[in-house]
Amino acid sequence: MAEFKEISPNASAGAKLTNWFENRFPTAFDAYRVHMSEYYAPKNFNFWYIFGSLALLVLVIQIVTGIFLVMHYKPDAAKAFESVEYIMRDVPWGWLIRYMHSTGASAFFVVVYLHMFRGLLYGSYRKPRELVWIFGCAIFLALMAEAFMGYLLPWGQMSYWGAQVIVNLFAAIPLVGPDLALLIRGDYVVSDATLNRFFSFHVIAVPLVLLGLVVAHLLALHDVGSNNPDGVEIKKGPKGNRWSPNAPADGIPFHPYYSVHDIFGVCVFLMVFSAVVFFAPEAGGYFLEYNNFIPADPMVTPAHIAPVWYFTPFYSMLRAITAEMMYALVACVVLAAAFGVFKARMPVLFKGIVAVAAAVVVALMLAIDAKFWGVVVMGGAVIILFFLPWLDNSPVKSIRYRPSWHKYVYAVFVVNFVILAYLGVQPPSPVGERVSQVGTLLYFGFFLLMPWWSAKGETKPVPDRVTYKAH
Amino acid sequence: MKKIILSFIAALGLAAGAAHAAGGSTIPWDKAPNKLNDLPALQNGAKLFVNYCVGCHSAAFMRYNRLKDIGLTEQQIKDNLLLTTDKIGETMKANIDPKQAKEWFGANPPDLTVIARSRAGHGGTGADYLYTFLRSFYRDEAKATGWNNVLFPNVGMPHPLWQLQGERRAVFDQTTHAFKGYEQITPGSMSAQDYDAAIGDLVAYMQWMGEPAQGTRVRLGIWVLGFLFVMTFFAWKLNAAYWKDVK
Repeated sequence: MAEFKEISPNASAGAKLTNWFENRFPTAFDAYRVHMSEYYAPKNFNFWYIFGSLALLVLVIQIVTGIFLVMHYKPDAAKAFESVEYIMRDVPWGWLIRYMHSTGASAFFVVVYLHMFRGLLYGSYRKPRELVWIFGCAIFLALMAEAFMGYLLPWGQMSYWGAQVIVNLFAAIPLVGPDLALLIRGDYVVSDATLNRFFSFHVIAVPLVLLGLVVAHLLALHDVGSNNPDGVEIKKGPKGNRWSPNAPADGIPFHPYYSVHDIFGVCVFLMVFSAVVFFAPEAGGYFLEYNNFIPADPMVTPAHIAPVWYFTPFYSMLRAITAEMMYALVACVVLAAAFGVFKARMPVLFKGIVAVAAAVVVALMLAIDAKFWGVVVMGGAVIILFFLPWLDNSPVKSIRYRPSWHKYVYAVFVVNFVILAYLGVQPPSPVGERVSQVGTLLYFGFFLLMPWWSAKGETKPVPDRVTYKAH
Repeated sequence: MKKIILSFIAALGLAAGAAHAAGGSTIPWDKAPNKLNDLPALQNGAKLFVNYCVGCHSAAFMRYNRLKDIGLTEQQIKDNLLLTTDKIGETMKANIDPKQAKEWFGANPPDLTVIARSRAGHGGTGADYLYTFLRSFYRDEAKATGWNNVLFPNVGMPHPLWQLQGERRAVFDQTTHAFKGYEQITPGSMSAQDYDAAIGDLVAYMQWMGEPAQGTRVRLGIWVLGFLFVMTFFAWKLNAAYWKDVK
């Protein structure tokens, strides 16, 4: 409890009012200082550091437009499609609200993917920021759930059949699968019951989880302090800057310095966002799929069912796991186990455990249907991100001081991810299948072999202080 | 860093290029004329739509009074276009009984409100598809309705505008079965050119009906972007002013 502060009777009315509030609600004033005016962020941020703020902005856009959409939308299989068209036609400005929400969904993934890539480039997930990264991965997972359930609500053909395909995946889990799928749908097929529960999750449950995680992500970040493009810990450097003698010398108050940065970034972002909303809200069928303008029809399966673009890298990996591919995966497991048994330095007992565990895994891989392993691979592709802080063995954090060839490793990873995304949009083809199988191995190879490759090569000397050129 | 960004852009370009190469249908789609800002064309399209389409197809999310947006007065709508209802605030509901339709054509005629948006694809826009579809009917005695369509083989719908276009026969290559062209059997009430123009109007109307706010959207967007452009300039100056003495 802070001291009650008296104020001179000659003070201005504004100062008196501020004092009145500060005495009665000091927490708010402390929070403003801790998170804004006295939060010292490294002064050498580059444009990659805008995407966190932008993600928060998009979250706000989604919540506000979502509130207005719920006022007119009807979560009823007989009325859902009609109510969306009602919003588009009869609700004043309804078309704008709806396009902002649909474009916002894609924009969310664009900024979050870029935000995550920034973390990857500069090693922002490494000690002491592991929890910041883990909360972030949880946000990504929650966001995927939010987007998936929201996509059912317009009740078009793609909404319906996309949900049907994805929920059916859960049925591939041995023993509990079919009952689990039934629990998710609330029916034997995607139906009104499914629509109602997805609506409930989309507007209440998942947003609450998301908001909680965003708060945790930011609080944890502000506790340990932001990383920066040099990967230098400003808290370990000299103290004292022109705002505070105790603050890191290379730190700068978040407000106003990064708030003015962010205002500029927000303006540029809004130009791109508005260009899509006003001139190309369908974004060539990628943000609003053409098939989704046909009302859901449980009797007519579309020739080609593809998820929205932001899920397609993971969808590609799911489709890549065929019975044939299982042999390649079995070979990978056998190779990894053999390496552990013959090469690694560990007690014989552990080697025995590794060998037995590998044998059990191989047996399961051959016994259970490839469809199930596809689900495991798709889920694993997201879950593996959580472990990144412990996979990276490089002596330096930032790409700037890593061996030059690491840049090519990241480039291959990014290009591979984009190719997987592209293949996920396309109808299945023999060539596409092979490419996506190689892509899946590359994706997992990047992470699983990271403890080995990230430690290789000659690092460059890391400076003691951040590198900063005055603008 | 630059290399990463460049390779990222290159990969995106590759993906986009390949996306256009894939897909395909029986015949290439013709480009529909752009008449979205041509009010007389849209009005003519609305007239054709109400006279030739609404008999069987609904446009259940489209209200008659919204036609004011394409320059018609309430009285004009009431006098000329209200064929299936007497209330101008009603939506365009079909006359046909869905059960009978299913018996006659094998399928319930789909709602046409957003048909132009749903038919877009690799071949072109939804308007291109409809423009090609409505100009691809031919006589085929093997079919129950006596009609077939080159773009949509075995279509359930008989040619709704045959009186305007007349009857045609399709010519296919004997060996490859590739489509080669049409032969006019009986003349229609319109010349081939007039028929194409009329279909252009009808398709433009359906395109407009798919999203009546689209004109407003684009006009407003220009102002919004203009505003943001100015605001970005000031935000940039504000940012520079704060950061100029950070060493």
